[in-house]
Amino acid sequence: MSQNLRVKSSNFIDETSRISFKFNGKTYYGFKGDTLASALLANDIHLVGRSFKYHRPRGIMTSGSEEPNAIVQVGNDKAITEPNVRATEVEIYNGLEAKSQNCWPSVNFDIGGINNFLSPLLPAGFYYKTFMWPASFWEKYEIAIRHSAGLGRSPTKPDTDIYEHRYIHCDVLVIGAGISGIMAAKTATKNNLNTLLLDEKNELGGMTIYQNSEKFKIDNKISSEWLNDEIEELNKLDNLEIKTRTSVAAYHGYNYLLARENLTDHLSKDEKENKVRQRLLKIRAKKVIVATGSLERPLVFNNNDRPGIMLSSAVKKYADYYGVICGKNNIFFTNNDTAYESAISLLKKGINVHCIIDIRENSNSSIVKEAQDLGLKIYWSHTIVDTHGYKRLKQISIMELSKDGQSFANSNKIVLDCDCLGMSGGWTPAVHLFTQSGGKLKFREKDQVFIPNKYQSEQVSIGSCNGDFELDEIIKNSSDILKDFLKIEKTGFDNINVETSKETSKKNIWLLPSDKIVGKTKPFVDYQNDATAKDIKLALREGFRSIEHVKRYTTTGMGTDQGKLGNMHALGIIADTTGVKMGEVGTTTFRPPYTPLTFGTIVGRNVGEYFDIFRRTPMNDWHINNNAEFENVGQWKRAWYYPRGNETMYEAVQRESKATRESAGILDASTLGKIDIQGSDASEFLNRVYTNAWSKLGIGKCRYGLMLNEDGMVYDDGVTTRLGENHYIMTTTTGGAANVMGKLEDYLQTEWPELDVYLTSVTDHFATATIGGPNSKKILNKLIPDLDLSDENFPHMSFKEEKIGKINCRIMRISFTGELSYEINIQASYGKSLWEQCMDAGKEFNITPYGTETMHLLRAEKGFIIVGQDTDGTMTPIDLQMDWVVSKKKYDFIGKRSLYRSDTMREDRKQMVGLLTNDPNTVLEEGAQIISELNQTPVKMLGHVTSSYFSPNLGKSIALAVVKGGKNMMGKKLFIPMEDKTINVTVVDPIFLDKENKKLNA
Amino acid sequence: MFLINCPYCGERDQSEFKAGGEAHIERPKQPTELSDDEWAEYLFMRKNIKGIQFERWNHAHGCRKWFNMIRDTSNDEIKLIYKMGEKPPKG
Amino acid sequence: MKNKYSIFSLIKNAFSYHENWQKAWNDPQPKKEYDAVIVGGGGHGLATAYYLAKKHNMKNIAVVEKGWIGGGNTGRNTTIIRSNYLWDASAGLYDHALKIWEGLSQELNYNVMFSQRGVMNLAHNLQDVRDLKRRTHANRLNGIDAVYLSTEEVKKFCPIINTSPDIRYPVLGGTLQRRAGTARHDAVAWGYARGADEMGVDIIQNCEVKGIKRNGDSVEGIETTKGFIKTKKVGVVAAGHSSVIANMAGIRLPLESKPLQALVSEPVKPIIDTVVMSNAVHAYVSQSDKGELVIGAGTDDYVSYSQKGSHQIVEGTLNAILELYPIFSRMRMLRQWGGIVDICPDASPILSKTSVKGLYFNCGWGTGGFKATPGSGDLFAHTIANDEPHKLNAAFNLNRFVSGDLVDEHGAAAVAH
Repeated sequence: MSQNLRVKSSNFIDETSRISFKFNGKTYYGFKGDTLASALLANDIHLVGRSFKYHRPRGIMTSGSEEPNAIVQVGNDKAITEPNVRATEVEIYNGLEAKSQNCWPSVNFDIGGINNFLSPLLPAGFYYKTFMWPASFWEKYEIAIRHSAGLGRSPTKPDTDIYEHRYIHCDVLVIGAGISGIMAAKTATKNNLNTLLLDEKNELGGMTIYQNSEKFKIDNKISSEWLNDEIEELNKLDNLEIKTRTSVAAYHGYNYLLARENLTDHLSKDEKENKVRQRLLKIRAKKVIVATGSLERPLVFNNNDRPGIMLSSAVKKYADYYGVICGKNNIFFTNNDTAYESAISLLKKGINVHCIIDIRENSNSSIVKEAQDLGLKIYWSHTIVDTHGYKRLKQISIMELSKDGQSFANSNKIVLDCDCLGMSGGWTPAVHLFTQSGGKLKFREKDQVFIPNKYQSEQVSIGSCNGDFELDEIIKNSSDILKDFLKIEKTGFDNINVETSKETSKKNIWLLPSDKIVGKTKPFVDYQNDATAKDIKLALREGFRSIEHVKRYTTTGMGTDQGKLGNMHALGIIADTTGVKMGEVGTTTFRPPYTPLTFGTIVGRNVGEYFDIFRRTPMNDWHINNNAEFENVGQWKRAWYYPRGNETMYEAVQRESKATRESAGILDASTLGKIDIQGSDASEFLNRVYTNAWSKLGIGKCRYGLMLNEDGMVYDDGVTTRLGENHYIMTTTTGGAANVMGKLEDYLQTEWPELDVYLTSVTDHFATATIGGPNSKKILNKLIPDLDLSDENFPHMSFKEEKIGKINCRIMRISFTGELSYEINIQASYGKSLWEQCMDAGKEFNITPYGTETMHLLRAEKGFIIVGQDTDGTMTPIDLQMDWVVSKKKYDFIGKRSLYRSDTMREDRKQMVGLLTNDPNTVLEEGAQIISELNQTPVKMLGHVTSSYFSPNLGKSIALAVVKGGKNMMGKKLFIPMEDKTINVTVVDPIFLDKENKKLNA
Repeated sequence: MFLINCPYCGERDQSEFKAGGEAHIERPKQPTELSDDEWAEYLFMRKNIKGIQFERWNHAHGCRKWFNMIRDTSNDEIKLIYKMGEKPPKG
Repeated sequence: MKNKYSIFSLIKNAFSYHENWQKAWNDPQPKKEYDAVIVGGGGHGLATAYYLAKKHNMKNIAVVEKGWIGGGNTGRNTTIIRSNYLWDASAGLYDHALKIWEGLSQELNYNVMFSQRGVMNLAHNLQDVRDLKRRTHANRLNGIDAVYLSTEEVKKFCPIINTSPDIRYPVLGGTLQRRAGTARHDAVAWGYARGADEMGVDIIQNCEVKGIKRNGDSVEGIETTKGFIKTKKVGVVAAGHSSVIANMAGIRLPLESKPLQALVSEPVKPIIDTVVMSNAVHAYVSQSDKGELVIGAGTDDYVSYSQKGSHQIVEGTLNAILELYPIFSRMRMLRQWGGIVDICPDASPILSKTSVKGLYFNCGWGTGGFKATPGSGDLFAHTIANDEPHKLNAAFNLNRFVSGDLVDEHGAAAVAH
């Protein structure tokens, strides 16, 4: 189609650069600088989408981020298609593809449009009143409801774009680069404040930048020219960072703000390549100046939603900025002077404006006069009572209002032809960010606006978001506020000459009357969600009084535009209907984000492998090269088992554990937490944090310790070694390391600051190889031939500081498997080398690397617990039958008192036991429940299986379990009720192998 | 997102800190002397004040020091920060 | 008798342009005295009043609400309903609630849109697998319909989950409770309010409790912004503000009130047909009837009554969402909000008498109270009416914090929501 709807007057559109794009499959052309909305309008397309509930045809209503109707699906690639994009915000580029949403088969012929005829049955909240019979049918109704709801479609493939975060600290953040924002940025920067200026549009200057009226002059220049000069000056300043296409999404406490910087959405596919799509700015500003402007209000009257009905300011912007004529036969409908500006601007471009319908009785402002001088017909005291045309506005009907505005002066109805109606209901300050930050609003009666009242942080609002709508007020008040806020003497805008047209008359009617009864009309308040004034009235009638109730019941303000246009009307209609003052109705909460924020932007680079770090041990490469399978433990990657050839995990574990018990095995234990503890009170500290006593532990000796929570439940365990008089090294579980460190620091700093103790986390400093099995002594002997490994010189539970080659290492003779075992700790960077030396030395003994699974099996054979697997935060040491590790003599330790509460002392608590299956080949499932009697209802569960394996060394299945009163059940027969069978088990001692600890000293 | 003035490091983002609950609940010196009720009072019962609350914070991703904060829990306004061991101001 | 809601009443009212619908509930001034007063007009409080009137024939009762009914956590949660809890006491409590949910729309003649689309819990490491299997076994023996799913079965039930073994926290399996699902949160409060109002319960909004009057060890009444109300029984169901009321009565509770956040995306056509929860990576997601992805974030670690949380919590949640559902990267967050949740040390609620005669507390639901609403109301009504707990809420007494008999749902790694 030809560009027949352009006027040659725009400075912002590059008519030399023609751009082709597709809408609903058809190719159109626009110019560089167009939005999808302006380009569609230039092609005489108003019908863009269908509404949510009634599927009514809808067109482009606004020119900005408040657009409720013209939302489209952009792109058809499964990975990067994007639903619910506002056509008013899409900058067109070659290859852009967009289509209408929420319609089938097409936006022109939408089956869902039938809902419009069913609308008498679909008032607010109808779904609460029906779909209840028959009861089982709700899910069937729901399928239908779900398919007709929703708007666009989610992508179905992973996003291929990149997002990132940037942190910004600044002295002053200015939000919005309209006239007041420009003034603020310039003033702050010139006062040597490090300033950041953001605007959601692609150009600076807000609405003033295309204001060409002679009626509005600053410093004797037309306001747009003046502002242009200011912006040029701004661009020369050093201390200022300017970001366009950047929308502030959220304003949190302590001046922490999130903004989305859009970097590539306006570029063609080739230009986008490999670039970051969007950046989330995390801004911490010392001071914030909010200059977010205001949003024009629609008017609420019968059938105020047809394609072709737009905001008057949008009609003006499309003409002035984009050079696009929205209609051939334009009419404006207003309650204030704004529409006159628009009408005059159109007339001066030679665009036909038929008339203005004004609900006011009259006005003598200079701009009204100018319109009259241009010969524009004005219908004073008139309102629109209905509109006509299904897919495009064709006609409107108007009537004269009565004095009180609630009915009509006479029954005369005038029908006017019209294909574009620009409406203006006044202006609403954009206070969204202000209220998000915790600011409190006040209501200004004279023009019925909520404006900032009390600030929660170092911030200020200026310009029309602060309720200043006249040009002279904006400049004077902004200047005054800036002086006060920035504590400066002058701004450079103090004595500037401003010419403006003052509005002299105001009138507002939230719901304009119709000649039909309300029940037969459709005066839309929330366009996207199809919430009408009669829905609001119905909600009030049904007892919903709070604005929040009304909002939720009618879904007003719950669409993707979050009610930017209609929320004030909803409040007004509630106030008028209930007779409550509008300021007392209150507002609903404006919840972040201001405009919808892409998940990918919030997540930034934290996707895929960067979602969370992996910690890997120094021996990790060796494990990979030797075919290890890995288990995630906390943030660690731990070798799980090392399958050979086609071995299953079961087979590998059987082999690994047998080899270890028969000759030698080696485990990478580097992940265990290690805390270095020093200070003259180190022993006393351990006395307090562990359940057992530490003062008498000899230097060079090791001891197992159990740590409780203050509630008496087992928290962590590990072996701690006394390296010197005042020096210990504590080991913790892999997953618990960070928490244990935190807990110990907490007690030390807050409860026991008098203790002379220093804690250092050294987990990453050491790599640990544990060699175990009857031949481990021989292997260690090969590594350190000079070391006397006799039980006398190096007994079980002791420690030596030695060298392997030239490298210092700490060797603990401790055992988690029941085998003779040495834990060799070495500086982390030598970890892999140590491991390889152990493997070399152990070759003749068939040293077998084993992973966590074999470790679990070997320790289970010995009845050693794993905190977190055999305990769950509800087990005391007594429950675990580990009384031996709880000192009776110590006066206190963390958690001691809790062990003596009535319920923690009960004999019938769950206690740790061993289980043997009657059939030695049946291996129990970990997590399986245990009962003592079959065929009970309700089933009395006694406990569960915590650890279970087939033990190759014992040739039978073994399990650890916690069972109520288990301590006194030795030999008792119990049952494991599985889904398909019941397994018979016998309660036994949890130590299955070498109870006498002969192997430790073999 | 709070901006917290760590007494050791200066102003830092909230994400560097961990909260540690109500402050000035001293661990009983002689727990074994307490009744179950008294022990439960120490262990579990909290003022959970709406308004001015004294609480503990830890600069977990920084100096790892614990300190005290007085904060209005009704609007999250931080009133005062002082070191562990220092007495809370009166009134 | 109120209008009965049905398709027929809708049609009938359509002819009179819906001008003749009655009020769902009235807006009365408080009487001088009631037999019982429920403090807190959320779902739990309104349900309590409903069952007091319906099952215990206590009609001279009131619900007093500081703001507007259903405006606290009832209207702020992610509406997940399930009963696959580990411990017998919890399973009993939540399954009692689930059974009521199954007939609630019909009972209240108000469509609460209980949608049994199933809830899946995912396992991401070997201990998760053990814990979920343990829970599934316990659920089965407690008569709760939970099954364990392999990774392939997880994928089959919800194809958009990324089940690649190569992701940072691969999905190793999961559980599914088919009877579980979601409901329309506002409708629950409104439906109970309408039902209670019809039986004569006074629902008094914009009425803040300022004091609890005691005579020795007994309750005498409450001071409110609408004056003194005499009553011998006060049931407090004030969620995040429970401690505030407890302080007025001079008793202490083991609670901390913390911010919990949630968010929704813009609405899209159906893309996920169940509820998926993952504790390990902390992501909960479902899709509302309207088409919004409803996503639950975590709690902050500090006490706050500001109904605001920190951004890092939201960011962490969305990190996890994109780990499991990389296709959602271009979806957009439409709204984000916070609530105040009262959390017990053992992550289980309190439904209990107190040391003050006639004063009862129903609190400590933490992040998961919505699902219990009908059961909680029913059992709390029983407790208030009989001055004794029902056997299903006996374990959730205040004394457990003294004796040590906790119902430790987080220690046992059961999921929180």
